[in-house]
Amino acid sequence: MNTATETNSSEAANKHLVRLEARHRKARLFSLFCATVTWMGATLLFVLLYQVCVQGYQWLDLQFLTSFPSRFPYKAGIKSALVGTLWLISMVAFISIPIGVATALYLEEFAKKGLISRVIELNIANLAGVPSIVYGIIGLAIFVRGMGLERSLLSGALTMSLLILPVIIIASREAIKTVPMSTRHAAFALGATRWQTAWAHVLPASFSGILTGVILALSRAIGETAPLIMIGGLTYVAFLPEGPMDAFTVLPIQIFNWVSRPQQEFHELAAGAIIVLLGVLLLMNATAIYIRYKAEKK
Amino acid sequence: MNLQQSKLKAVEDQRAATILNVQDVSISYGDNPAVKDVSFPIYKNHVTSIIGPSGCGKSTLLRSFNRMNDFISEVRIEGDLTYNGQDIYAKDVDPVEVRRQIGMVFQKPNPFPKSIYKNVSWGPEIHGYSDSIEELVERSLKQSALWDEVKDRLHESALSLSGGQQQRLCIARALAMEPDVLLMDEPCSALDPISTAHIEDLIFKLKSRYTIVIVTHSMQQAARISDYTAFLEMGDLIEFGVTDQIFTRPKNKRTEEYVTGRFG
Repeated sequence: MNTATETNSSEAANKHLVRLEARHRKARLFSLFCATVTWMGATLLFVLLYQVCVQGYQWLDLQFLTSFPSRFPYKAGIKSALVGTLWLISMVAFISIPIGVATALYLEEFAKKGLISRVIELNIANLAGVPSIVYGIIGLAIFVRGMGLERSLLSGALTMSLLILPVIIIASREAIKTVPMSTRHAAFALGATRWQTAWAHVLPASFSGILTGVILALSRAIGETAPLIMIGGLTYVAFLPEGPMDAFTVLPIQIFNWVSRPQQEFHELAAGAIIVLLGVLLLMNATAIYIRYKAEKK
Repeated sequence: MNLQQSKLKAVEDQRAATILNVQDVSISYGDNPAVKDVSFPIYKNHVTSIIGPSGCGKSTLLRSFNRMNDFISEVRIEGDLTYNGQDIYAKDVDPVEVRRQIGMVFQKPNPFPKSIYKNVSWGPEIHGYSDSIEELVERSLKQSALWDEVKDRLHESALSLSGGQQQRLCIARALAMEPDVLLMDEPCSALDPISTAHIEDLIFKLKSRYTIVIVTHSMQQAARISDYTAFLEMGDLIEFGVTDQIFTRPKNKRTEEYVTGRFG
């Protein structure tokens, strides 16, 4: 009797060991799979970057940054496109961040959770998936024609803001949701209003998450071409915009323009412009990370 | 001598005064009743504890005293809850004002992720406190017996404090509002015995100035610190009375079984 139970238990232990081995094998296999996928993505990105750099680096000089586009590759530069991009992205940030964050705050902190707020939420989620060219058509119909803003920076910035608003709203809402309910209750229990709670506690606590979303959204805006082509940004611009009502061009459009020419030199110029665009993007991200770091330290 | 006597009399009158009155209060979440037809008074400058097994509705009842249930949709409340004779749930009552006068300490310490100082000063600041905030912060931290431990690090994050210290900070934060009533929802359930002892000492000291209502799981705690005890079971108030009487000579058999540990 006694020996029987002993064999039983040692058999069970054996079985358990075998199963454990299989479980470990599965875990190793899965982590290998994840690593492979990660490296595939990274390698692809690296190859792409390498190619662009090889093609474009010889054109990168001060002359390239400070010249207007030209028919002659050695004279051509990205001055108007770079300045246009900086104008556009600043205006987009100025328009879309307050509206986006305020909307997210309203939906999370103030709106009654009912049918209307659900319909709004669903629509915002859907809008995030709408192709950007459709926003271009909306921009053309409403801002350029309807409101008579012409092919100005303002039309472009408004169109781009529409495009990235859903992204900002969704990211901000997710960030706001991570603020624990207990923090809000602590504030309410002190006799704070919803607004005071949101402003003093919810917003600061979700700040870094919101910032991440905003940067993602602005990064998308800085690289978008289709909606701007739609509203008529694809033009030769040999002057710098001086105000929001001026015509403009941006880096992606300049790149698109150059790539569509047959000469090899222009393709290399395009690569140079891509490097600059990436540089601007990195700078934006670095600024955001710095701000976030500062905020978290406080 | 005469003056002295009348003063004493005044103190006695004050003691007997009901600051919060619960009258036929029922609370339900949707169709599930959590508190059923409960009535008992809460006396000024006394500690009243609400005890009972898990899920008996004691926290729900406590949260209704400062309208914290407003944030949970589907909560319905019936009956009369009066604070100094004023119906807390009347249409013209601003819940923000109610919460300013009836403070609350939660089950889990929930300091703001800000500095120790800011945790205490924020409440008075938003209400436009006009005297020296610094003095108020110091006074509140002293009242909650935390001052000596944090006076040199007021501007460090409150999250660097231990759990027990955090809970005392939350008490200081509530006290800085100079409330009339302090509601405590199992304030020691997440704390170790030493921190619990700290908080109990504190409650003992605070009752001369504040009215305290405390929900607790621990019957020993209720017996140690409270003057009055309400025993709830399945949403019904089984017995309310002076703590001594509840624990030594309970009138109801259910109460007796609970306080002697035969069930629950």
